[in-house]
Amino acid sequence: MAQQSQGDTPLRSEHDIVLARQLVRKLTQELAFSLVDQTKMVTAASELARNALIYGRGGTMHWEILQGESARGLKLLFADEGPGIPNIDLAMTDGWTSGTGLGMGLSGARRLVNDFHIDSRVGAGTRVAITRWK
Amino acid sequence: MGEFLLVTIQVDMHDQLALRLQDDLSNAIQKYETKGVLIDISTLEMVDSFIGRMVADISGMGKILGAETVLVGMQPAVAITLVELGLALPGVATALNVERGMALLRRTIDGAEADGATIAG
Repeated sequence: MAQQSQGDTPLRSEHDIVLARQLVRKLTQELAFSLVDQTKMVTAASELARNALIYGRGGTMHWEILQGESARGLKLLFADEGPGIPNIDLAMTDGWTSGTGLGMGLSGARRLVNDFHIDSRVGAGTRVAITRWK
Repeated sequence: MGEFLLVTIQVDMHDQLALRLQDDLSNAIQKYETKGVLIDISTLEMVDSFIGRMVADISGMGKILGAETVLVGMQPAVAITLVELGLALPGVATALNVERGMALLRRTIDGAEADGATIAG
């Protein structure tokens, strides 16, 4: 059977966050990421999965193995159809939170990956894409 | 272990479980009149901001109840990630392993009793 190179996993409950973390761990292991790089990607995924669940009222995590010219990478896309983020710059600030968290989720996740893109529209939802290369 | 409580976290906790641990632990500190708590996270492969906050909260709550908390056994990859995430866990004492954590608790608690004062910092 050919190795699957992309897929989706739901983010509808706290247990789904745990499953998403475990899936990202498995994928980064298959890509032979170093332990530190595995841990960074898993931690970033945990932050963004929780955001999608709590602030986005649930969503999905799409994953994709990327084949670059010299390296392989893992791309994760977190998508929700929640209320959206009115001020992304503010939401990306360390320590700022609209909820009960520490306010490190978005800004911290950005520091743990190579590429970070966020797209949010009020009333339509939020999409955050992150990529880490081996 | 005598006067200390040892909490070993061995599963990838979902958030509610982490919150329950916080509750259970504060009850245990009160029930056993514990002066020191060791939280062993040597099997945890990841600490995100939620778990980080839980640990910081346990530490702060314990202090109010008269107990010192030491976080022990953090894996190097987890420590590197936590710092980059931006969580330096201020106010949380850490030690390399359970043995050193117990020694740290002893020194801290004995020192405080000798001074007859509460522990600073």
